[in-house]
Amino acid sequence: MSVVQANMHPLDNYLRTERLPHVWCSGCGIGTVLGAYLRAMKNIGMDPEKTIMVSGIGCTGRAAGYVKMDSFHTTHGRPIPFAVGIKAARPDLNVTVFSGDGDLFAIGGNHIIHAARRNADITVITINNFIYGMTGGQLAPTTPETGITTTSPYGNVESPFNLAGLVAVSGASYVARWTSLHVRRLEKSIEKALKKRGFSFVEVLSPCPTAYGRRNRMRDPVDMLKYFQEHAVVKHHINPLEGVIEPDKDFIVGEFLDAEEEPTFEDKLWEMTKKEFLYTSQAERTAWILEHRRHLETLSKIISGRGER
Amino acid sequence: MKVEVLEGHHFLSGDVAVAEGAIAAGCRFFAGYPITPSSEVAERMSRRLPEVGGIFIQMEDELASMAALLGASWGGKKSMTATSGPGFSLMMENYGLGMMTETPCVIVNVQRAGPSTGLPTLVGQGDVMQARWGSHGPYETIALSPESPQECFDMAVRAFNFSEKYRIPVVVLMDESVGHLFERVSIPPKSEIEVIDRKISTDKKRHIYEPDDDLIPPMPPVGEGFGIHVTGLTHDERGYPVITAEAQEKLVRRLVDKIRVHADEIIDYEEFMTEDADVIVIAYGISARSARRAVIMAREKGIKAGMLRLKVIWPFPSKKLRELVEKASHFVVAEINNGQILVEVERAIRKEAVFVGKMGGEPHRPDEVLKGIEEAVK
Amino acid sequence: MARIELQIGGFGGQGVILAGLVIARALSLYDKREAVFTQSYGPEARGGASSSGVVVDDSKVDYPYPTKPDIMVIMSQEAFTTYFPKLKKGGTLIIERDLVKIDGKPEGVGEFHSIPATKIAEELGNRIVANIVMVGFITKVTGIVTKESAKKAVLEMVPKKVKALNEKAFETGYGYEEE
Repeated sequence: MSVVQANMHPLDNYLRTERLPHVWCSGCGIGTVLGAYLRAMKNIGMDPEKTIMVSGIGCTGRAAGYVKMDSFHTTHGRPIPFAVGIKAARPDLNVTVFSGDGDLFAIGGNHIIHAARRNADITVITINNFIYGMTGGQLAPTTPETGITTTSPYGNVESPFNLAGLVAVSGASYVARWTSLHVRRLEKSIEKALKKRGFSFVEVLSPCPTAYGRRNRMRDPVDMLKYFQEHAVVKHHINPLEGVIEPDKDFIVGEFLDAEEEPTFEDKLWEMTKKEFLYTSQAERTAWILEHRRHLETLSKIISGRGER
Repeated sequence: MKVEVLEGHHFLSGDVAVAEGAIAAGCRFFAGYPITPSSEVAERMSRRLPEVGGIFIQMEDELASMAALLGASWGGKKSMTATSGPGFSLMMENYGLGMMTETPCVIVNVQRAGPSTGLPTLVGQGDVMQARWGSHGPYETIALSPESPQECFDMAVRAFNFSEKYRIPVVVLMDESVGHLFERVSIPPKSEIEVIDRKISTDKKRHIYEPDDDLIPPMPPVGEGFGIHVTGLTHDERGYPVITAEAQEKLVRRLVDKIRVHADEIIDYEEFMTEDADVIVIAYGISARSARRAVIMAREKGIKAGMLRLKVIWPFPSKKLRELVEKASHFVVAEINNGQILVEVERAIRKEAVFVGKMGGEPHRPDEVLKGIEEAVK
Repeated sequence: MARIELQIGGFGGQGVILAGLVIARALSLYDKREAVFTQSYGPEARGGASSSGVVVDDSKVDYPYPTKPDIMVIMSQEAFTTYFPKLKKGGTLIIERDLVKIDGKPEGVGEFHSIPATKIAEELGNRIVANIVMVGFITKVTGIVTKESAKKAVLEMVPKKVKALNEKAFETGYGYEEE
């Protein structure tokens, strides 16, 4: 098929159009979120040539294969450390990790909390569809209690992770949660995340009618969106620990955390290579480190709702 | 210290020497997780890399270390990690991704005795086959085995050169003994150290995985508008996933062949008194130092013994062994495991060798290897 | 000179590792001999018996560990029990006189020397330099390494602040007259 100018989609310059159609099922929310991400990039004028997308394994992980920028489709659970490595080597480039809840919070769970703790200057977009979609619908660390999956056929007995809450308390600089229904707000939120220096995280709840909805009374793709519409309560700057998601109950979406920008991990790594830092006394180095430290006590007050915003 | 590259004579441990060799080779990124007996490599790099404008990160585990290594390598940095047994096991996942995506990097494995936690502070050589086959699937590897701090330095340089030239993760397979012993390391001036850098792609229209005649594709830089896609899935020359047997055959065949056709440039060994030898000991790393002494002791007893010391373990020098089997009648293999290189030796010579194995914890005493030599000629 | 093996045994914290390292470094870098330094690793290196080994040869050292040491330096009673039996018949034994209680020269020993290295170090101001007193003494009585080289290596390997003390320790050990 040849693409003529008149038929171009506004995002064609951001997509490897020769690789379309994509692998995602009809009713899947990943495309919606990827669209919001690319529009956010475009809105803030982020140069795709200076942007790198890293993903892991799973349905969401395939996104890296469709974007027209340097992109890496890595191993299961490891896109974050891969991104930390590439960002440390090339701090001048924008680095986004785009991957799923299983990839980033089950097999890769250790990496996300450490990247947030370090305040690595990367943006992480997680699509949370409550399930392992690509492999046929197995239990995820986000599957709600009672959820039926191919590996919890009698109902999930585990408690799911509150992803946004976990990342907020781990030391991130920006944290938000939306659903694939909140397209406009999601787009704005991703703009903020991309602009924020430091670790930024956006969780997007998204329907998987094929692997999750089908087994959990939301067979029709619209059922899941209805569930989002009925139960998502927009609230900003809550105590992130209140962001739990329970079956058939209301849950909170919004901006969980928007902290002051502080020196990033890469700022500090590169400072260490400078003569002014190296060729001085330890007392002066200690002073520099303290001067550029993160103010986690302030952060902790903000997230517990006790501090000034 | 605060010098780019050390020069002159130094009295160093193998662990420190391998770190200095890496810096001399241009390594400017290290990601690792501390583990005995390799931690001295990380300690040295944490002090030295900032001095030469490089980045050191202690990651949260070895899985992350290996992933960060690959990321930094695509970011244009020569990258290294150092680990030991249990950490090497964790790194196998992204060792495979490095193979599949043809990402240059160096992994130093200071072997200790296993399996599992085993003897954390004591020597082993049980990771030889893991370096060869540790990650799943078919591929070819390069692994070097130094016997002294001098060789740790030299082989770190060579490991980086191989990894950059052939675009492959290279393993420096040290052992605890060589890592911890101190010896003189003589370092030539920087200008005399041969350093090879990866071929960089300059043509944006060229497919990312389109190889040159040497089967190695030049590596595109990131952030320059090449719009590369790199995946651990089987891919075509554009880098795009293709889930077919044909694509797998084409890609993986090339990954294997790009090392096989260059094997003669990579393989390296030392022949010690093999010229007139009746019995030849095959050894590497610390075991080779025991074997060298045993060969001298055997000669004193009138036994015509010699040693073939593997400096490069993978690719394995089968051709050399087939030559030696024409001249020598007996073969002995000494290694600190239950028979790993033994299998390769017997496959090459097509007969049994006398095996002098130890399960780990201490190197062979020279008389233990001598006993093997005597048994062989009996 | 053919291969010579030196082993120094003591307990953790006595500095037997540094003592061996200084001698090996002096041999390798300044006396231009082929020398290897090794040490015992593991839990025993954190307290309990601890040892370091130096092997020197005219050509490159093959097997790097002491097998039958020609010279054995012992700085604790426990180390004496552990390491003394390995001394080569007719080899040289050097002991820390106050920390190793034996009745004179044991059987099978060639040369025998003793020095109250810890007491000397205390008199110099800090017992921590007992190992360097011992290095000076080893240098004198064995002649395994030249005095200039050994002293140079000592001064290179100790922190700036304690160079003078260590130099004094080395000289005192070197000049010690046995009773």
